[in-house]
Amino acid sequence: MAGPDVGWYLIVSAILFGIGALGVMLRRSPLVVLLSLEIMLNAANLILIAFSRQQGNLDGQIFALAVMAVAAAEVAIGLGLIVAMARRRLALDVDQADALRG
Amino acid sequence: MGNVLVWVIWFVAAGACLGTGVAVVSLTNPFYSALALIGNLASLAVLFLLLSAEFLAAAQVLVYAGAVMVMFLFVVAYLGGRADAPWAGGPPLLRAAAIVAAAALLVEVVVVLGLAWGDELTSPADVSTSFGSPAEIGEIFLTDHLLAFEITSIVLLVAAVGGVVLGTTREKEEGA
Repeated sequence: MAGPDVGWYLIVSAILFGIGALGVMLRRSPLVVLLSLEIMLNAANLILIAFSRQQGNLDGQIFALAVMAVAAAEVAIGLGLIVAMARRRLALDVDQADALRG
Repeated sequence: MGNVLVWVIWFVAAGACLGTGVAVVSLTNPFYSALALIGNLASLAVLFLLLSAEFLAAAQVLVYAGAVMVMFLFVVAYLGGRADAPWAGGPPLLRAAAIVAAAALLVEVVVVLGLAWGDELTSPADVSTSFGSPAEIGEIFLTDHLLAFEITSIVLLVAAVGGVVLGTTREKEEGA
């Protein structure tokens, strides 16, 4: 393929995954944690598509599409939870949200 | 010449991708974080295009950068000032542990890559020009991966119902 080999994509993906993981672990706002989760999912998508291209097999792209659908579902539920937390006047802080019971 | 252009585009897209990723994690205003994530998703779509995944690049921009992020921005706007996410707080030990864990993840991947470099990683398969086109993706999705397709639709349905249930206010909670 023209341009970089799959290894270059893997390096970008690894760094991106590290950034996302750092965001999930360091930040305390549930909104930013959700955004960082999206970064991690997209890093995984990049690897899937890079290997799909390298092997000449479309299965990886199908997997990436499924990941996109799951990510959309996860955002819908996550934002629903954040709005529910805000409605109940709970602090928007993942460190304080440590009880499942409403 | 064409190859040089591909490398230039790759470096611009990869740099934009990593830069906006850092911005998402480090900005204190979630609105700007969400905008940076849109840039991140768009530059990833460029990388997808370079990997001849045309349909996925389009889906990335439409579904992610379009629908999902607009939903996100609506929630940030709904929360208003409460959505602000200052950096302060958190035990320093926890922070150090998080940085070490992220660095360990990165080092692991880079070491594994370094060990595998040169063998299979540098000999991509030859593919036809229709590789990754909507027609091919659609055909394989509705034949070999039909089960995944149906399960995806159920996942999305459950998520939609869950979102409505979570967003519904019951009468007694109104005054809370």
